[in-house]
Amino acid sequence: MNLSTSLPTLRLGISGGNSLKRSALGTILAAGLIIGLGACSGSDENATGPDGQDSSDSITVVYQRYGGNKSLEDLLTRAKDQVEADQPGKKVELVPIEADSNGYFTKLALMNQSGSEAPDVMYEDSFMVKTDADAGYLAPLDDYLAEWPDWDQYLDNAKEAGQGTDGKTYGVSLSTDTRAIWFNKEIFAQAGLDPNWQPKDWAEILETAETIKDKVPGVIPLNVFSGKTAGEAASMQGFEMLLYGTKDTLYDAKTQKWVTGSKGFADSLEFIRTIYQEGLAPTPQQALDSQIDTVVATNWMPEGKVAMAIHGSWIPGAWLPGQGAEWPEWEQVMATAKMPTQTGASPNFTSMSGGHTLAIGAQSKAPRLAMDFLEAAFTQEQATTFVVESSGIAVRQDVIDDPAYQKSDSSFGVLSDVVEVTHFRPATSEYPEVSNNIQIAMEAVMTGDKSVKEAVEAYDAAVTRIVGKENTTAGK
Amino acid sequence: MMTSLIGRKPDLGGEGGLTSPPGAQGNSPEGEAGAPSRRRRLPLAGVPLVPALVLLSVFLLGPVIWSFYGSLTNASLKGLAAREPRFVGFDNYIMLFSSPEFANSLLLTLIFVIGSAVIGQNTLGLALALMMENSNRTIRNAASTAVMASWMLPEVVAAFACYAYFSGEGTLNQIAAFFGIPPYDWLYSAPMLAVILANVWRGTAFSLMVYSAALKNVPTEISEAARVDGANPAQRLFLVTLPMISKSIATNLMLITLQTLSVFGLIWIMTKGGPNGRSATLPIFAYEQAMQFSMIGYGTAIATVLLVIGALFSVLYIRVLKPEVNS
Repeated sequence: MNLSTSLPTLRLGISGGNSLKRSALGTILAAGLIIGLGACSGSDENATGPDGQDSSDSITVVYQRYGGNKSLEDLLTRAKDQVEADQPGKKVELVPIEADSNGYFTKLALMNQSGSEAPDVMYEDSFMVKTDADAGYLAPLDDYLAEWPDWDQYLDNAKEAGQGTDGKTYGVSLSTDTRAIWFNKEIFAQAGLDPNWQPKDWAEILETAETIKDKVPGVIPLNVFSGKTAGEAASMQGFEMLLYGTKDTLYDAKTQKWVTGSKGFADSLEFIRTIYQEGLAPTPQQALDSQIDTVVATNWMPEGKVAMAIHGSWIPGAWLPGQGAEWPEWEQVMATAKMPTQTGASPNFTSMSGGHTLAIGAQSKAPRLAMDFLEAAFTQEQATTFVVESSGIAVRQDVIDDPAYQKSDSSFGVLSDVVEVTHFRPATSEYPEVSNNIQIAMEAVMTGDKSVKEAVEAYDAAVTRIVGKENTTAGK
Repeated sequence: MMTSLIGRKPDLGGEGGLTSPPGAQGNSPEGEAGAPSRRRRLPLAGVPLVPALVLLSVFLLGPVIWSFYGSLTNASLKGLAAREPRFVGFDNYIMLFSSPEFANSLLLTLIFVIGSAVIGQNTLGLALALMMENSNRTIRNAASTAVMASWMLPEVVAAFACYAYFSGEGTLNQIAAFFGIPPYDWLYSAPMLAVILANVWRGTAFSLMVYSAALKNVPTEISEAARVDGANPAQRLFLVTLPMISKSIATNLMLITLQTLSVFGLIWIMTKGGPNGRSATLPIFAYEQAMQFSMIGYGTAIATVLLVIGALFSVLYIRVLKPEVNS
């Protein structure tokens, strides 16, 4: 065979001009064929039927299947069965997406941009609600919620979590969460540390990590998520748990400006740099593994490979009976401590809260059926079961009052106490993009590729580009 | 080579016709009419090309133009820009050319293309083809099967195989441990070298096939004649064989360059472009910006730059090595 003839064949389609011009144009076309990075199609806006009138008998429900806990899938399956039993002829299709958080957001956004693939109901992280409402992916629910008696049961901050920048409600909260330091009492005993450990400041966390490194070799002293692969877990469980314990913040809600060049930001990055560069954390290789987001709770903790981890209140959800990483002994082995502020300054401790919602797609052809599905998923009974099975923190009064919830792990103790000092992520639609740049800064310092100063400068430049110079303010 | 020789034969016949016996000159009026009629036939000759032209425009030129237009907007997967993308002129390109990540990514792309395609696949493919020319059938079959196996693997499988080979607890380190060599985390400490080696392993078969075919068309008599004239093996290679297959070299270089420029799956699976962008070639960088960070407009600008780089490489090969395409 002589492959050199294949190129002229490729060229057959181009005629005219002198040979050089012809070959240049042909080359570009051939390059286009081989490189083939196409553009994305625009969105289709005319899919919704007339108001309140469903033009379809079926809905799709898109959600994320990831990690060890399957309470969400169970909840959606129960709601599907309920809706299909109540309304014969109607159909609910569950569409799981198996991806980490960044992959899930991307897939969901791409589905929302396509007319035929757009979901009717979607599982939506509360920090994405504002940006996705701005993008026109979500339908406002206010008219439906006004007629739904259960809506009054929701706590105010849970209602706010589902609001768009225009003040309309786009998502109904499933549950909320808090974050703290999880530690392994058995490893602490081997290192001669107090089983009722409660650090007062960052320095004490670092000292404890040093002690574990010396006394219990082979164990990872402290896990703090960091880098692009961990995605939002790095920004929230990692960086913001540090930053919101300093005097600074990401975003000044009063002046509505993003903070650049703050000392707290640099100090938080310095903490990350220290633990990764001094062997107090996983190796950067381990931390940048694509599975890191689940592996800490489903493998490292049950296998006793990590002594301390800043992590969410929901993680026992994976260890409960019937879940992905069943671990009956976890209550004897694991304990929680509150995350201290940088210097122990008032209010002494800090935490971050987020949560997830269910939302209805703006392009849904059956918004009424979609709302029926939401109502079936959010009965008092279903909401309680879900919160207990997922180790979540309840967001509605009738669930908080339920004895089944009051017996669950997240309703008392450290993870419940930190609700008083908890913070929420900036409620703006730019946050997700800023968050990506936090992850870039973390990765640059954890690998040692950039100094803290350089990483802060790169972050400041990125934030200024995203929000505009007029929307930034210099840190204290 | 063969096709070009065959293609010339009718021409030779035609020229022969012109130098045919003088008696034929009596038909000069026909001869004059013949030239314009050939000119008139040209537009008609183009008609069968129309479907191909339409297909190329719709499926190649269309996306290229659309992608260029997209790169002039702030299209996004998130926020207001997802609903109403705005025309932002060359903002994305200005941002791109002032970004240190892009400079890094461009450099890595050149290293990847030159290292794994131009030097790695091309030279190794040629060397293997030359060695196989002079070896017996059994060795030739065994060698070509081994090389072809990696080419036949689907990209995802090949990439996972390379991941398993180079990763911290992978095959390479286990072999190294057997000989008492301490483990080395290739994917973290030398990610570019790992992906270059992986791409050489995966792509050499293509160059091998091209060169094996080209070498078969080099008449043995010429090589023999050179030997009789006292040329040593190196001289025979550089002065006889290589010039005779130069067109195949140019075609091969162009194809593997364009292929390698667009390699995505192999790198994505092995390193995800990491750590901290140390193996993020332009396709990885474009994907990350467009899909993970939702900046579709910006990502499209990167893709457009990639397209231009591919075109530049091709023009360079055409000008310097003058392959068969202009014949």
